[in-house]
Amino acid sequence: MDTLLVLIPALPFLAFITIVLVTNHDKRLSASLTIGATALSWLLGWYFAFRALLHPEHYAEHPMAWTVPWFPGGHTVFVTGFQVDLLTAAMLFMVPFLCLLIFIYSLGYMEGDPRFSRFFAYLALFATGMLGFILADNMLLAFIFWELMGVCSYLLIGFWSFRKPGETHIDHAQVERARRASLKAFITTRVGDTVMLAGMVLLYAMTGSLRWSEVLAPHTLERLAEQMTQMPVFGDVRWATLLAILVFWGAIGKSAQFPLHVWLPDAMEGPTPVSALIHAATMVSAGVYLIIRTFPLFHVVAHGHNGAMWFVAFIGTFTALFAATIGVAQFDIKRVLAYSTISQLGYMFAALGIGAYVAAAFHLLMHAFFKALLFLGSGSVIHAMHHGHHVAHEHAHGEEDLGGLEFNPNDMRFMGGLMKKMPITAWTFIAGGLSLAAFPIITAGFWSKDEILAEAWHNGHMWVFWTLAVAAFLTAFYTGRQIFMTFFGEPRTEAARHAHESPKTMTYPLIILAVFAIAGGWVGIPETFPGLGPLVKGWFQSVMEIQAEALHIHMEPVPFNPVPALISMTMALGGLLVAWLIYGTRPLGFEDPLERPLNGLWQVLYHKYWIDEIYQGTIIAFAKWFAVFLYKVDDVWIIDPLVDKVGRFGRWLAFSTRRFVDEQIIDRLVNLTAWVSNVLGEWFRQIQTGQVQNYLLAIALTVTVLLLLTVF
Amino acid sequence: MAFFERWVLTIILFWPLLASLWVLLIPKEQEDRIRRVSIWMSVVPLVLAAVLFVDYGTRFLGGTGGIQYEVQVTWIPQLGASYHIGADALSVPLIFLTALLTTLSLYYSARVIKHRVKEYFFLFLLLETGMFGVFMALDLVLFYVFWEVGLVPMFFLIGIWGHENRMYASLKFFLYTLVGSVAMLLAFLALYFKTGTFDIVKLTEMRPFADDIVRASLVFFGIFLGLAIKVPSWPFHTWLPDAHTEAPTAGSVILAGILLKLGAYGFLRILLPILPSAFAYWGFLMVILGVISIVYGAFVCMAQTDLKRLIAYSSVSHMGYVMLGLGAAGVALTGSVPWLASKDSAALAMDGAMLQMFNHGIITGALFFLVGILYERAHTRDLTAFGGLSAKLPYYYGIFMVAGFASLGLPGLAGFWSEFFVFRGAFDIVRIWAAIGAIGVVVTAGYILWRIVANVFLGEFNEERWGNKLWDMVGYEKATLWPLILIMFFLGLYPTPLVNFFNSAAVELLTKAGFMF
Repeated sequence: MDTLLVLIPALPFLAFITIVLVTNHDKRLSASLTIGATALSWLLGWYFAFRALLHPEHYAEHPMAWTVPWFPGGHTVFVTGFQVDLLTAAMLFMVPFLCLLIFIYSLGYMEGDPRFSRFFAYLALFATGMLGFILADNMLLAFIFWELMGVCSYLLIGFWSFRKPGETHIDHAQVERARRASLKAFITTRVGDTVMLAGMVLLYAMTGSLRWSEVLAPHTLERLAEQMTQMPVFGDVRWATLLAILVFWGAIGKSAQFPLHVWLPDAMEGPTPVSALIHAATMVSAGVYLIIRTFPLFHVVAHGHNGAMWFVAFIGTFTALFAATIGVAQFDIKRVLAYSTISQLGYMFAALGIGAYVAAAFHLLMHAFFKALLFLGSGSVIHAMHHGHHVAHEHAHGEEDLGGLEFNPNDMRFMGGLMKKMPITAWTFIAGGLSLAAFPIITAGFWSKDEILAEAWHNGHMWVFWTLAVAAFLTAFYTGRQIFMTFFGEPRTEAARHAHESPKTMTYPLIILAVFAIAGGWVGIPETFPGLGPLVKGWFQSVMEIQAEALHIHMEPVPFNPVPALISMTMALGGLLVAWLIYGTRPLGFEDPLERPLNGLWQVLYHKYWIDEIYQGTIIAFAKWFAVFLYKVDDVWIIDPLVDKVGRFGRWLAFSTRRFVDEQIIDRLVNLTAWVSNVLGEWFRQIQTGQVQNYLLAIALTVTVLLLLTVF
Repeated sequence: MAFFERWVLTIILFWPLLASLWVLLIPKEQEDRIRRVSIWMSVVPLVLAAVLFVDYGTRFLGGTGGIQYEVQVTWIPQLGASYHIGADALSVPLIFLTALLTTLSLYYSARVIKHRVKEYFFLFLLLETGMFGVFMALDLVLFYVFWEVGLVPMFFLIGIWGHENRMYASLKFFLYTLVGSVAMLLAFLALYFKTGTFDIVKLTEMRPFADDIVRASLVFFGIFLGLAIKVPSWPFHTWLPDAHTEAPTAGSVILAGILLKLGAYGFLRILLPILPSAFAYWGFLMVILGVISIVYGAFVCMAQTDLKRLIAYSSVSHMGYVMLGLGAAGVALTGSVPWLASKDSAALAMDGAMLQMFNHGIITGALFFLVGILYERAHTRDLTAFGGLSAKLPYYYGIFMVAGFASLGLPGLAGFWSEFFVFRGAFDIVRIWAAIGAIGVVVTAGYILWRIVANVFLGEFNEERWGNKLWDMVGYEKATLWPLILIMFFLGLYPTPLVNFFNSAAVELLTKAGFMF
């Protein structure tokens, strides 16, 4: 039975292969293949997930597994396979389900696109990547699927990065942006992945294995925590710390944490379902999952300063606030969500950094649901704006005044009043938004975010707590701003006036996701929470704590403390309230009400602290210059000219030898011999007269001389 | 069975030579017949090489291992040189690679080469014998002879069927390699004068100059120069971009796919077994040269506008992994690596080097075919002249992307395993240098995706310039590429068959060289 695990990633992969090789001319069939395969994976996935989650004690210690020997290395054999323990089960609950909903949504969203089949092929491959990644029972196999996701994100973000002349569904600027964004995504994550690869091979060298069960075994980890290694600059470092930080860089890249966060906001150049896929179900979640999976490695340095945990907490906390501030000053509806993703992922890493293993996993799942909802909702809005713009264009009388701006269906300044035009999208979006803003008690986002804050408070990480609390305020604020700008007030453009609700393939997934975005969190209401707690008894926490125990991580249940809970509620409600006061109480123009009052600060936030420009001006410029410089060294200045010089010297030597030695000496000697024989010949010719008398005379003379010589 | 064991290598080795002689006998007007004969004749060694692979794998791998199918016949008794050939777990896959790439090259060339057909196929088949000979020879004289036999046909292939600047490139290739060969020959003679034999197996047992590092180093560097030029390792690499750029498509494929491997093979067949102490002593130098090749080659790729030249430089970078893996194994061999965490690291680094030899042959071979296919249509190699090809040539795009991703070491495709194994070994043995080498991984992604893919395939298609001049891949082109693409996928997911071979070879080589596992 456990062998069926293979099918979960294999089915979408087969769909991909079949579409690419066979059915790519039939759009309906291609889409059906992807959706059908994913649906089967989903059913299988839920079967395994529930089997594990309903018998947590057993499966925490003995995961369902399928293994096969892979290859030999030196004197050991590498074994690979798939496994389902409780953590995988939790992911398996979320991933295939979200993928399926997103794929169904794509049916409507991508309708009419000339590359419809190709799109669904890539989607299937993406699902393969994520499913294989969460199921892999060793880091190496996981890494393969991890990079497969990298490729899929490259292909999908760059889905519109090329076109034939005459393809009008996308414009030139979009082609260029997509081309850049896809490259940026792949190469930025590749930086993180390369560091992670270094961590992985070192881990393999140190432990002789990469299987989770062996690498994360307590005695292995204790050995890694005790052994020291010499590092340049940092001096003596524990192996566990070094390896953990190297592996964490993979997550920094994939989960878009500072300083490798730059690719994610641009990743929205892909079609919107792709954004939902990347931001919720797959790519970025993979990074967090990786760190949850390898958490024992981070956690093992128990006594003294744990550099790895501190690093994770710092990066996470910093990114949570940093990205939230940028989100405040963006106009693109997807860009706001993109920064909110970065910020929320920061929460998860902050949670992991302070040891809140369960809270991080909880927030990961909840975030996936409400963020998928928000992205699909924003896609629905953009879809409607796009069509509205077309309709408005057909009936247009002269150019519309857009305050000197160019129309962009993503831009929230051109929206407004969409509530009446598309109520399902609006209400589901608001549900997702409230969950993101952590609206107290009812939303999923509240329960998961509150748990992180409660842990930070309880464990005395005050700097983490307060930073995250400020970020929570900003989150609620920009989410409120987004909702008010988009759905409330009056339509500010003709496009918004002509927008209408999206088709059912798009709205139904929204409704299903909205249910999860609200109610999903109720499985994790902590037991100690007054009133509601005893009803649920923190089911999710208790399951994950069993998993943690199996990994020898001891979790103290956090007692309920009204102070952090109240602070977090205040932040959420306060943020929403301020947003309402600024954006909800009066009609908006094309300028943000905060743009003038904040002035300089606004510019800094709007331009994302100029991080992109800084990278462009330093690292990338240097790499380009260095490439040309080395090429010049190679081909123009030094190495190859040197080779040519040697060659020319050889030729010169040859010519000189010919000219001075050969021609002047040897040849002359040869000529001299020739000349001498010539002269001799000429001379001897004189006696060759051809007259017999002369010869006889010569013979007679010779004989006479010889006779005289013999006689005397 | 006895017949098979005694004759299989000899048949593989001389079959292409026979074929080339047959080609000579066909009147040059009968071009189609020449093409047919060459292709079908080259299938024979391919099939035999595949049988050899399976046979060695089932009978010897994991068991006795070692050199099998040995044949030794006296050749020049005055010199002590003999016709001594054999194959082990290292050479068997490389023989297969040679046969495969040659058959594909001949098949592709049959459609592309239009003038002086007879000479072309004659030389190509002759070249194949030369390459087989190097991978089989167990006698230094024999090795040297085949080494040079491989050189001459390639000189003509570039010089006659090459592009505009072919005379310069072919001469440079020939002379540069010849300089190395001569140094190598001198070193072989030094070995002979010391031991009185040219036999590689005997020399391996004798280990000449084992206790004289100065003389050992002199001999080492004689051979090293010959091999490093062929690999090519930085800074002896500059003949390569010219030769590749000017060579006809199939010439580039063989050059990158096989000829470069002859150099790397020499390290493993001659330098390491015969001069293990010098190999260990100079291992660190090889690490440095390897790392420089990786990073330097990758950066230089980013500055290229000529598609073929770019892939040529990428070969410099990728062959750097071979040098890094070999060098790391050498450093481990010194026995003075106190931080070594795992004894397997030396073998794994060497596995990686060998895997890279094979995988680079497959991947870069495919890339050169692909560039050739584009050149046949567009008659330019300037990558900035294109754009948006993925919309117009989707099939070509798909195949190119697989080869490109394999080249940048994407996990799941063949190229990853070589990098993984090399780094797995090297990070344990020469950490800082391995870390510097890892920069190459990122830059490689840069030049493949930024330089090639973004310029050639993405963006807008230039209808005015290209209009109907570019068309998607046709039957014979697909047939040429698919075997290589399938191997990339297969080895990417299941590298086991190949790793079985190379790991066994690496363990044996290292054990014989005195490495204590």
